[in-house]
Amino acid sequence: MSLATRPKPVIDNWNRAFWAACGEGRLILQRCRATGKCFFPPAPVSPFTGRAEWEWIAASGTGELWSFVVFHQKYFEGMKDELPYPVAMVKLDEGPYLLTNLDGMTAGEARIGMRLAVRFPGGPEEVLLPQFGPAEAG
Amino acid sequence: MNAPSETSLAAPAIAAPWPMRDKVAFVGIGTTRYGNFPETDSYGLGCEALNEALDDAGLGKDDIDGLIVNRIPTYERFAEMMGINPNYCLLTETPGRFSGVSMALAAQAIVSGAAKTVALVYGNNGRSVRMLYGGGDSQWSPWGMTSPGAIHAMMWRRHMHEFGTSHADLGPVSVAFRSHACLNPVAVMHGRPITLEDHAAARPICEPLKLLDYCLINDGAVAWIMTSAERARDLRRPPVLLSGYARQDAFHYGSGPADDFWYPSLSACRAVYARAGLGREDIQGLGIYDNFSPTVMFSLEGLGFCGQGESGDFVREGTLQLGRGRWPTNTSGGHLSDSYMQGWGIIAECVRQLRHECGARQIPDAQAMQYICATNIAQSAILRRAA
Repeated sequence: MSLATRPKPVIDNWNRAFWAACGEGRLILQRCRATGKCFFPPAPVSPFTGRAEWEWIAASGTGELWSFVVFHQKYFEGMKDELPYPVAMVKLDEGPYLLTNLDGMTAGEARIGMRLAVRFPGGPEEVLLPQFGPAEAG
Repeated sequence: MNAPSETSLAAPAIAAPWPMRDKVAFVGIGTTRYGNFPETDSYGLGCEALNEALDDAGLGKDDIDGLIVNRIPTYERFAEMMGINPNYCLLTETPGRFSGVSMALAAQAIVSGAAKTVALVYGNNGRSVRMLYGGGDSQWSPWGMTSPGAIHAMMWRRHMHEFGTSHADLGPVSVAFRSHACLNPVAVMHGRPITLEDHAAARPICEPLKLLDYCLINDGAVAWIMTSAERARDLRRPPVLLSGYARQDAFHYGSGPADDFWYPSLSACRAVYARAGLGREDIQGLGIYDNFSPTVMFSLEGLGFCGQGESGDFVREGTLQLGRGRWPTNTSGGHLSDSYMQGWGIIAECVRQLRHECGARQIPDAQAMQYICATNIAQSAILRRAA
């Protein structure tokens, strides 16, 4: 069981910087210049204004567990050894949601509303996939 | 995905009389057999359904001057095969939300004079080609997140957390629709009743959802023929009128689960009553888009059949089951137990109920039926039997 056989991200012109930062162990987000609000997935314009007026910021990397599921059905060959695997929906402190996985904990330990923090334990080829585990107390 | 609190909704659907109220009618319905048919395809099945609908209406293919095709690969080849050269023709997108959208487009075409008589044809051979609903590259595939079922599972887990509902609360939905399929000789799951215990013990697919929360995957086709209410009076079948239609889109969570259960946009669709000129008490039964059992709960809450978070209590004593409850829903068995025809079969069943053709599964004295589809394009429609 390893993140090395995960499906590779589909890189486009808008998310290239996001994945490059992940490769360095950093989580970044686009922030709308007019409203100060962040958004994800990466896009050419801010959904709050429709304008191409935004900047990349370093995200806190923390958030709370909004919901989670556990996959029993095989959809990806490279994940068959991980079955059953959880997917978590994390609401980042900056606002946007990420669909991600739990690291360093099991689905049985997951509690909606719990604090989580990002980590980068591995990924396919040169990619590092953001995963979330229990936030350090304090 | 951006939280709705941070994203303003468009203006809610207009709560005023629908300009097309009662002006358009369903006059022909065709449904094929449902199952696994590798010897044909969506074109072949679509031709079968359209011919049945034409025979039902007492019309010939040369009476068709508008054609809307869905889930069949190309409108051009389908029209070529059937030998139809209409004034109005289009192919709509494949998600099931487009059954209701197609219905509204046909009404617009008829009322605006773009076409007089529109054939709408849906064909699906997903079973025999082993269609996969999930997998493939996407925004979320590196995390293993895929499939419409997982989106609904994520939403239902959150619903359980926010409102104290449970997986067991979904059981009465699956059991009610299966009981209807057992009254419908052509349903895929005819003769295979289930209990609440079966629902609870089913194989998990994407927890919290299990097998009996998921729709079927099967081959089949559905065709409707729609024309003006005026023309409908001279045709063979009792006309069924499209009285009202309401729609509210919300795309701010288009790439992931909806963190509001589509409640604001479904609530906006309560305008359907004002649009149709009918109240909820004038309606005898429901057709609810049931790709997964939670969608039914979101629909009932959003349209105001019960308070938000109360759908578990609402369905528990058989409210959706014919012969038991006030709101018989998906009397053919729905997507869960009749056939996965992406809303097309559910609307066809509403028409048949209003013609009083449903035999053992007939809702007594059905005069009006309501269709609901909970998705990023939230919709509701009211159909009624012409006086």
